[in-house]
Amino acid sequence: MSVLTLRRPGVIPGFGITLGFTLLYLSLIVLIPLSATFFKSTQLGWDSFWATVTAPRVVASYRLSFGAAFLAAAVNLVFGLLVAWVLVRYRFPGRRLIDALVDLPFALPTAVAGIALTALYAPNGWIGQYLEPLGLKVAFTPTGVLVALIFIGLPFVVRTVQPVLQELKPEIEEAAASLGASRRQTFFRVLLPSLWPALLTGFALAFARALGEYGSVIFIAGNMPMVSEITPLLIITKLEQYDYAGATAIAVAMLVISFLLLLIINLLQWWGRRRHR
Amino acid sequence: MNPTVSPTLNEPVWFRRLLIGVGLAFLGLFLVLPLAAVLTEALRQGLGAYLNALHEPVALAAIKLTLIAAFIAVPLNLVFGVCAAWAIAKFEFRGKSLLITLIDLPFSVSPVIAGLIYVLIFGAQGWFGQWLFEHDVKIIFAVPGIVLATIFVTFPFVARELIPVMEEQGTAEEEAALTLGASGWQTFWRVTLPNIKWGLLYGVILCNARAMGEFGAVSVVSGHIRGETNTLPLHVEILYNEYNFVAAFACASLLALLALVTLAAKSFVEWRGQEQRATVPHLIPAAAPST
Repeated sequence: MSVLTLRRPGVIPGFGITLGFTLLYLSLIVLIPLSATFFKSTQLGWDSFWATVTAPRVVASYRLSFGAAFLAAAVNLVFGLLVAWVLVRYRFPGRRLIDALVDLPFALPTAVAGIALTALYAPNGWIGQYLEPLGLKVAFTPTGVLVALIFIGLPFVVRTVQPVLQELKPEIEEAAASLGASRRQTFFRVLLPSLWPALLTGFALAFARALGEYGSVIFIAGNMPMVSEITPLLIITKLEQYDYAGATAIAVAMLVISFLLLLIINLLQWWGRRRHR
Repeated sequence: MNPTVSPTLNEPVWFRRLLIGVGLAFLGLFLVLPLAAVLTEALRQGLGAYLNALHEPVALAAIKLTLIAAFIAVPLNLVFGVCAAWAIAKFEFRGKSLLITLIDLPFSVSPVIAGLIYVLIFGAQGWFGQWLFEHDVKIIFAVPGIVLATIFVTFPFVARELIPVMEEQGTAEEEAALTLGASGWQTFWRVTLPNIKWGLLYGVILCNARAMGEFGAVSVVSGHIRGETNTLPLHVEILYNEYNFVAAFACASLLALLALVTLAAKSFVEWRGQEQRATVPHLIPAAAPST
């Protein structure tokens, strides 16, 4: 604690109690329970831990979870930039309503999103009935997982790019234009480079969220082992079979990946702030 | 943007219309259609069937449990958020950025893992499992587990909204109040709170929406006992898996309504917050000469 009391002397009270409560609550709710997974997995021993997290069915689930999360984040990167651009730069009726609606995936419970998307993309659904004759199956396939993850990650890129786009000074574009750049060159050479940190942050946030997502995916995925089974579902399956050690091993593998992603996100945000100054 | 500016500073009209069109089509496909689907499916067999589904005792019990969980989780995370933001924004100490990262941690943990960690501690085979069994305390597959899982997934919301708001406010106003003789509590209630109220409300709205809508984490610790440990999102899942689609979508429509109310409240708070921030620069020059 002696490290933490190194603070600027001042008249404001309450440092000890607020920081103390913060650390206590953080430890009780988050840190100690999370460390339980790591302790539990050490009981398994390295060999059986490795055997669990590299079992074919588990590896197939990583492939789906990572592949679909990456693709969904990539789709959101492109369309998120487009939506942010349209919302910041153009004026059209209903713009503010649409701006508010972008956050729907944050506000709508994931189970509701899951059953709604399944209803839309099922073979007899509003969209599914037109895709079915074309031979496109969405619900109950890996494509369904992709659709759910696009929905879940939709606001991230829009909301990270929007403020940066708003702050960009028109002088930069005017300078580029007066030096003879076409609109296209200005966008790709001047605007896009300053948007990259925000775009990548949004991408990483959407990717991280999609990796762990459960509620919206399980309804639309069909959950076939080796084909459309996501990693979080495997944890649940193992738990239901009372295989606590197995569930914990997969959870630890996922946690390590999530922490690495968190580190990357923090570095990206730090990079963005440095660029901005 | 003025449409008459030169083509090197703005996109041609057809291109702008194309971008707006593509953007709206994307949002329509992924946001508006799912919402419309929920309402249509819920009302498929008429308003009577819809209302009946919501009047089921099991549905009412699920609504009650959802409200209880949010009613406990949101205030606790509110108190935590204010404390954390106070310590982080008003003081300098080592390890601050590490603390902020740790507070954000629950956002990067899969909800399923959020449920699992409490099973590992309080479950039958967990650290305290034996002790809890001997003392007849149920946490997992009971209401306390649901509340704990809800607290975990909504943990960072208030703190992460308040920290930047409080950092932006600085400490000058509080220092002025304290040197003029106000107590710490008075300073907080009369000086800090009015400054952060919109940020606080914003965090609470988001925290509440997540608390009432959480599915994955709660699903792991609930045990799915009808009428006892099912929250509304879990009840939706059970009805759906029983092919009782009208009832499932009826309950889902309540949650969709909650989402829309959340978005409306959020937009209102954003608008008021911006208004408050916009008035501040006007006040400062006027007040400056007198200090």
